[in-house]
Amino acid sequence: MTRPTLTQATGAAHSRILGIGAARGENVVTNDDIAGPINSSDEWIQQRTGIITRRRAGADVDVLDLSEAAARQAIAAAGLTGADIDAVILSTVTYFEQTPAGAAVLADRLGATPAAAYDISAACAGYCYGIGQADALVRSGAARHVLVIGAEKMSEFIDPTDRSISFLLGDGAGAAVVGPSDFAGIGPTIWGSDGSRAKAVGQTHGWTELRDNPALGWPTLRQDGQSVFKWAAFEMPKIAQQALDAAGVTADQIQAFVPHQANMRIIDQMAKQLHLPASVVIGRDIADTGNTSSASIPLATDRLLQEGAVKSGDLALQIGFGAGLVYAAQVVVLP
Amino acid sequence: MANSEQEILAGLAEIVSEETGLPTDSVLPEKSFTDDLDIDSLSMMTIVTLAEEKFEVRIPDDEVKNLVTVGDAVSFIAKAQA
Repeated sequence: MTRPTLTQATGAAHSRILGIGAARGENVVTNDDIAGPINSSDEWIQQRTGIITRRRAGADVDVLDLSEAAARQAIAAAGLTGADIDAVILSTVTYFEQTPAGAAVLADRLGATPAAAYDISAACAGYCYGIGQADALVRSGAARHVLVIGAEKMSEFIDPTDRSISFLLGDGAGAAVVGPSDFAGIGPTIWGSDGSRAKAVGQTHGWTELRDNPALGWPTLRQDGQSVFKWAAFEMPKIAQQALDAAGVTADQIQAFVPHQANMRIIDQMAKQLHLPASVVIGRDIADTGNTSSASIPLATDRLLQEGAVKSGDLALQIGFGAGLVYAAQVVVLP
Repeated sequence: MANSEQEILAGLAEIVSEETGLPTDSVLPEKSFTDDLDIDSLSMMTIVTLAEEKFEVRIPDDEVKNLVTVGDAVSFIAKAQA
């Protein structure tokens, strides 16, 4: 008997971001509020990070609540309903259940069941990883409308006495719906990892270590700030440039640069290394939102759109980078 | 190509001046990056990275804490070039 010929899926010729949404923790936390335990000051924190305030969620709000709020906005902005979503990708490092995935619970809340749903762990690069996957899913025919969410309640993962990263962190969620398009709306994703530098930024200890030695206490985030700064500020612009090249555009043809909001000093140095013309608007949401890991790029993008600094149809270069080490960048047409 | 220590000092002073706005003639071998020139840890990493590119040497991240004075950095770069 001859083997029958299988049908393989084919998808849309192009994809783009159809809508975007944002949710920030409702509490404004000032530098003075957190300076005491790290023996610091508002001036020192602003000078080192560019952060004036950060947004943190209340005790009764979890990462899925933030996700849902951002996702509902993104779905509405795309002119769709939950039922139109057939894949949900949630990027988070602060959903504290090993299984099931938060994405499945979120899909149900949004009325997207039976959408395919899974979480990804790519830290601060997670949103760009998700956009890269969504682009591939839509163009392969695996899904028609993909909801990508970067969501974090980083305040669950901080040590108030830690001077390396905790004081930077905020809570929020950003979401985007990716779907078919009659023009190319998402450039090639340049992505990668370097696990040899896994210790540069990440969790102080694992869950099994905590189980075996409860005295270790709740794990929190730590980083080797100088090492991470050097990698982010000087290596990541090379990845961003590759994303521009792969998309076939030059720096003077884009309207916005939206890097992960890690630290204003990193953002400034990246912009310098990329030789961006003054006409390119730079996402600087970190100043009053803080570093929200995987949520930071869509939050900054949404803000630029809301404030009218950019408009629908403009080109934005976005790049996420963080614990892994991992990174991902692409040029997108703004919705 | 190896540079003389004088050339390294002059090149380093330009990098420090560009990063901090300090005049190049204030960047002297005996000056401490932190205590005298008021250079913070992130600016130090910027200076180190730009020095690596300018002098075509590798300065490992772990080594940066040992570069207390401008002279320490000049010596390290000179040795790395040798």
